[in-house]
Amino acid sequence: MRLRWLVPTVYIIFLMLPIYWLINMSFKTTNEILGGFSLYPRNFTTASYVEILTNPVWYNGYLSSISYVVINTVISVTVALPAAYAFSRYRFLGDKHLFFWLLTNRMAPPAVFALPFYQLYSAINLFDTPWAVALAHCLFNIPLAVWILEGFMSGVPKEIDETAYIDGYSWPRFFVKIFMPLIASGIGVTAFFCFMFSWVEMLLAKSLTAVAAKPIAAVMTRTASTSGYELGLLAAAGVLTIIPGALVIYFVRNYIAKGFALGRV
Amino acid sequence: MFDLSWMAWTWQTATFFAVIALLLAGMTAWEFVRPGGAPRDGVLGLHTTRGDRLFISLLGSAYIHLAWLGLIGPNLWWALALSIVYAVLVFRFV
Amino acid sequence: MNKTLNNRAWFMVLPVLLLVAFNAIIPLMTVVNYSVQETFGNNLFFFEGFKWYEQVLTSSRFHASLTRQIIFTLVILAIEIPLGVAVALAMPRSGPWVPVCLVLMALPLLIPWNVVGAMWNIFALPDIGLLGYVINAIGIDYNFTRQPGSAWFTVVLMDVWHWTSLVVLLAYAGLRSIPDAYYQAARIDSASAWSVFRYIQLPKMRRVLTIAVLLRFIDSFMIYTEPFVLTGGGPGNTTTFLSIDLVKAALGEFNLGIAAAMSVIYFLMTLLACWCFYTLMTRGDEQ
Repeated sequence: MRLRWLVPTVYIIFLMLPIYWLINMSFKTTNEILGGFSLYPRNFTTASYVEILTNPVWYNGYLSSISYVVINTVISVTVALPAAYAFSRYRFLGDKHLFFWLLTNRMAPPAVFALPFYQLYSAINLFDTPWAVALAHCLFNIPLAVWILEGFMSGVPKEIDETAYIDGYSWPRFFVKIFMPLIASGIGVTAFFCFMFSWVEMLLAKSLTAVAAKPIAAVMTRTASTSGYELGLLAAAGVLTIIPGALVIYFVRNYIAKGFALGRV
Repeated sequence: MFDLSWMAWTWQTATFFAVIALLLAGMTAWEFVRPGGAPRDGVLGLHTTRGDRLFISLLGSAYIHLAWLGLIGPNLWWALALSIVYAVLVFRFV
Repeated sequence: MNKTLNNRAWFMVLPVLLLVAFNAIIPLMTVVNYSVQETFGNNLFFFEGFKWYEQVLTSSRFHASLTRQIIFTLVILAIEIPLGVAVALAMPRSGPWVPVCLVLMALPLLIPWNVVGAMWNIFALPDIGLLGYVINAIGIDYNFTRQPGSAWFTVVLMDVWHWTSLVVLLAYAGLRSIPDAYYQAARIDSASAWSVFRYIQLPKMRRVLTIAVLLRFIDSFMIYTEPFVLTGGGPGNTTTFLSIDLVKAALGEFNLGIAAAMSVIYFLMTLLACWCFYTLMTRGDEQ
């Protein structure tokens, strides 16, 4: 039993190996990459990163990724808050079926929706804007947000609502002043998961953008195919897409387990 | 308004969705007249209300149609008949 | 919790309803419309009845990708669930290492899916990738762009790398909800590690594990980006799963009718899975 720590350690090493390899590649010159196998960069270079951070094609991809992810997170959490409150506090006509229908959208394969989404967002003139991707990602992020928030809200005793109403609070004032601070960590976890799923999803993000709003990860694969096989650039762009996720996860590390504990991802 | 020609409506699919919408409206009306959804534990050990039974009927019918197309042939009237029998059984026993 | 009957709660749900309906119902109706028609472009459509459905359901290509999809999903579940539970059991229950472990483990979950594919491509290349180089160096012929076996091995390993952490985090959260008193009682009874697992830990994890199995089932059932970037569905069609096949039919070959019929069938399959999931879960809540 004293060797128990080995299991997570080996597992984490396995997780880190491909990431290390990506970082390794990103600091190599193209010649060295194509020259053969090496465990670490012999001619250490930051040229790939300089190229990405100075070429507007690259950093605009970065900016558009972040803008649609942020728009989506804000929309999802904002509309999900009152809905989750309704599901956690009230019975109403068709509530269970509505909840189930919302969940089916979290489970539906994006590939089914890719083609009509292209038509739909072209028809309303949003194609190739961050708004198209942000709204499309609502398909699975809103149900997710409602689901997670409902779990957190059910943990708050109902007496708190009733006391506030007796004290003369109106519903909006009660919700913003009393209720939201009580579930602040829940809102944080929800925002984290919305951010995460919008950040990693690529099929819809790619099919709803062409030039102006192309996400960084899509710029990456396109560049890889048009300008020869520039593995160094590709790797550097990959490393840069990992960083926002790593930052976010660091800030919410203490809440993650709690969010997962509700089992609602 | 927006150009909707890309949706490529046909009267057949429009009828199909209208029927679904009418079924949902009917269920809502039924719920207003007799609230509660008549919950019970059916033969499968599932706790169902009317809405659940409608869902099970519709999903099952879709699968009956697909199975008929894949295994037997393109004459779907029999599949439709079978689906209606199935739906009646679901509403009666499940 | 005792809920009060209040039909005005509908107004609170309305924004969610409108946004999701806009994204879900309009496209779904469009797919159904396309699935019964033939098109030659320019929004000219001809009614075809159930022809496409019949073609899809009887085509060997669809059967092949469906079989591949089911095998892939089963393999993934058979590896990821036990592995995830094992890692969660071996994790320290408290202490300074816990947040470090959690952050490092969650990292793969936050990488964009096509970066995951590209990363594994670089990692597994036979000549310059660490994995490919090492496997070849120990004398096994390995090339995931040419050999179906290697391609499958790489895709499965990639998915294990990508998603096992989700199972670990869920199982770990379940384990942490067990009060210390249970373990103390087990120690007094000098229960074996196996019986602690069988009678204390496993029952407590039942609910989260149900969720883990079903999430992994459903997400692996709609996997697209990672294997597409890694292998492009090849060599040949050997790693063409349902979503890849669907996108190929829709965008590659522009077979709108077939793609739409496939979409409807695919959607019905996930709907059934989702219903089983929901029923299992709500039953767990009632007990």
